[in-house]
Amino acid sequence: MADQLLNVSALSAGTEDKPILHGVDLAVGAGECHVLMGPNGAGKSTLGHVIMGDPAYAVTGGSITFDGADVTELTSDKRSLAGIFLSYQAPVEVPGVPLYSFLRTICQMRPELKTTARKFRQRVGEIADQLELDQSFLMRELNVGFSGGEKKKIEMLQLLLLQPKLAILDETDSGLDVDALGIVSRGIQAYREQVGGALIVITHNTRILERLSVDRTHVMVHGHMVAEGDASLIADIDANGFERFERALGERDEACVDCPGCPKAGDAE
Amino acid sequence: MSDERREERTRTQVADVNRSLYDFTKSEEGYERYDDGLTPDIVRAISAKKDEPAWMLEMRLAALDEYHRRPMAPNWGPSIAGLDLDHISTYVSPRTKQAKSWDDVPEDIKDTFERLGIPEAERESLAGVGAQYDSEIVYHNMREDVAKQGVIYTTIEDALHDPAWEPVVHEYFGTLIPPTDHKFAALHYAVWSGGSFVYVPAGVTLDYPLQSYFRLNAAGAGQFEHTLIIVEPGADLHFIEGCSAPKYYEANLHAGAVELFVKDGARLRYSTIENWSKNMYNLNTKRSRVGADAKMEWVSGSFGSHVSYLYPTTILAGDRGSCEFTGITFAGATQDLDTGCKVIMNGADTTATVDTKSISKDGGVNTFRSSVVVGRRADRARCSVSCQSLMLDDISRSDTIPAMDVRNATAQVGHEATIGRISDDTILYLMSRGCSEAEARTLVVNGFANPVSKELPLEYAVEMNNLIKLEMEGAIG
Repeated sequence: MADQLLNVSALSAGTEDKPILHGVDLAVGAGECHVLMGPNGAGKSTLGHVIMGDPAYAVTGGSITFDGADVTELTSDKRSLAGIFLSYQAPVEVPGVPLYSFLRTICQMRPELKTTARKFRQRVGEIADQLELDQSFLMRELNVGFSGGEKKKIEMLQLLLLQPKLAILDETDSGLDVDALGIVSRGIQAYREQVGGALIVITHNTRILERLSVDRTHVMVHGHMVAEGDASLIADIDANGFERFERALGERDEACVDCPGCPKAGDAE
Repeated sequence: MSDERREERTRTQVADVNRSLYDFTKSEEGYERYDDGLTPDIVRAISAKKDEPAWMLEMRLAALDEYHRRPMAPNWGPSIAGLDLDHISTYVSPRTKQAKSWDDVPEDIKDTFERLGIPEAERESLAGVGAQYDSEIVYHNMREDVAKQGVIYTTIEDALHDPAWEPVVHEYFGTLIPPTDHKFAALHYAVWSGGSFVYVPAGVTLDYPLQSYFRLNAAGAGQFEHTLIIVEPGADLHFIEGCSAPKYYEANLHAGAVELFVKDGARLRYSTIENWSKNMYNLNTKRSRVGADAKMEWVSGSFGSHVSYLYPTTILAGDRGSCEFTGITFAGATQDLDTGCKVIMNGADTTATVDTKSISKDGGVNTFRSSVVVGRRADRARCSVSCQSLMLDDISRSDTIPAMDVRNATAQVGHEATIGRISDDTILYLMSRGCSEAEARTLVVNGFANPVSKELPLEYAVEMNNLIKLEMEGAIG
């Protein structure tokens, strides 16, 4: 598996008082599109955050390698510069920081993206048009007072600007109306086509996947990877839900011995 | 400046900072330095050197009596026990005459101001500049077209020597802040030296700001400049003051006085970026009297000093007068900054908006103290006071002490205060886009300060961002 872009191996992690991930394996090759599904509280978002290096979670076992290097101990900024991107479910508002100069700052710190002010302005303008984002947003404060849909568009704007090797989209589709969903989907497609980057799409909803050609589908239940398959697994889940995976995990109960409270651990997300 | 450079100076991008920018000293060799402490002889010597009218010497001596009569320690606010006035030199003068051209300013002093970017700023964006070094103004110049409009921008000393202006100074000087105001006002009037006299005739609008820069180079010395600004009816002025000093182990004292007269229908914006060194006791007094339909705007950034007592006061004397105060205070290690503002609303339909921010870190102490007084005749007066504090760690402190005295039933007065921290989610968000933790924190703090920096001219906004970056680097590096 050494040639994979991302290799999550036997990863266990959790918060101070609660283990959430139990020996998770996940391999994503360069340019591949993976879908991560599972019921509420399965630990999907936690896995996304742990891959990004969120210090709210401690890794208690296993490792994460990215692009040939072990990143398990790296801080989020180092992982970002290495080419990992996480689009948040609820992007934070940062008062007083103009969006445009924030975008400029995060691009200028990457040698491969450094460019002149004029070219940068042009590039941002193009992407904003693509996302049907009014240019006046660029002068506003980062995410402050933006609607849910606008915040997700700003995440897509950063995705297209930063051109990461791997993008994890954490329920980017949640809370979007049909029009916004269409625009965000096109943004994701543009990332696939223009950047050729790999994707991990975390979702409950298969609608956002309609336009994507999916390479692998993973199913998580109670912090365990319980199934993996090709794109056809999505239609199966869409029709039959997660019940059979949950049942199967229940039968495999020895997996939970080291995890007090699991699988009734409650909402992990 | 090219388009590209201009863009690089947007408000959250911070240029590299040269740490030694403020922290350099020049030799005092050959300077005239009066003995430490306070005696009538010293006061007489200062007055004689300035060849003042008799009334001014009388005022100085009366103020000195007042100073000695009053007890030293205030029973509220930060301690000033480290301030020993018997060992503060009240008058240190570089042996030079005031120059009208930077070329004529002595080399070491010129070098100081060049490092601080003053001559460059004058060329680019100012209508006039005054530069004070220790106790005396060493440079003063104003654009010719501004002078032609009848604007006077000079030192108080020069105004006192001009028969046309001596009566004006006499009429206004010390009337808004009397020597009996408090102990350090009395001290100020006893030994004041330097500062500015500005007169803007009725109806005149200055397109560019006037600026005074105060530099205290001498160790163990005091700076007591007096600023007197008269903006006649319908006139409009933006005045900027900047202050800095190198770091010494001995205490320095700044006890200036700023008296601002904003006549009916006039507007005055008074902007300050203060970066005194952290051995400075900043006991400054600023006051403005605002006429009918007139507007006073304060913009204030306080970064330096060991102890500050600073509450710019606005008296809304006429009907429909208004006041806006926008300020930020940054208290780091060893700093105890007691700042805020006072508004006295006497006219009907007057409005006041106070919007302040404070940042505390490394054990720094911030106290925001505000006082709003609405007089009996101030029908329908409206005032809102807002204070937001950001605490960067567990050992710092931030207090808010608002006082309100409302004597008119139709007045509306509101106060709102919040104290917050930088959330982990915000740091994660910024770090996961590539910012280091230090950069993320600086970005958030700059954003917090942004409502103040966007009120400043670009050069000063950049300087303020640089000061924040310097402080933040100290916090993490």
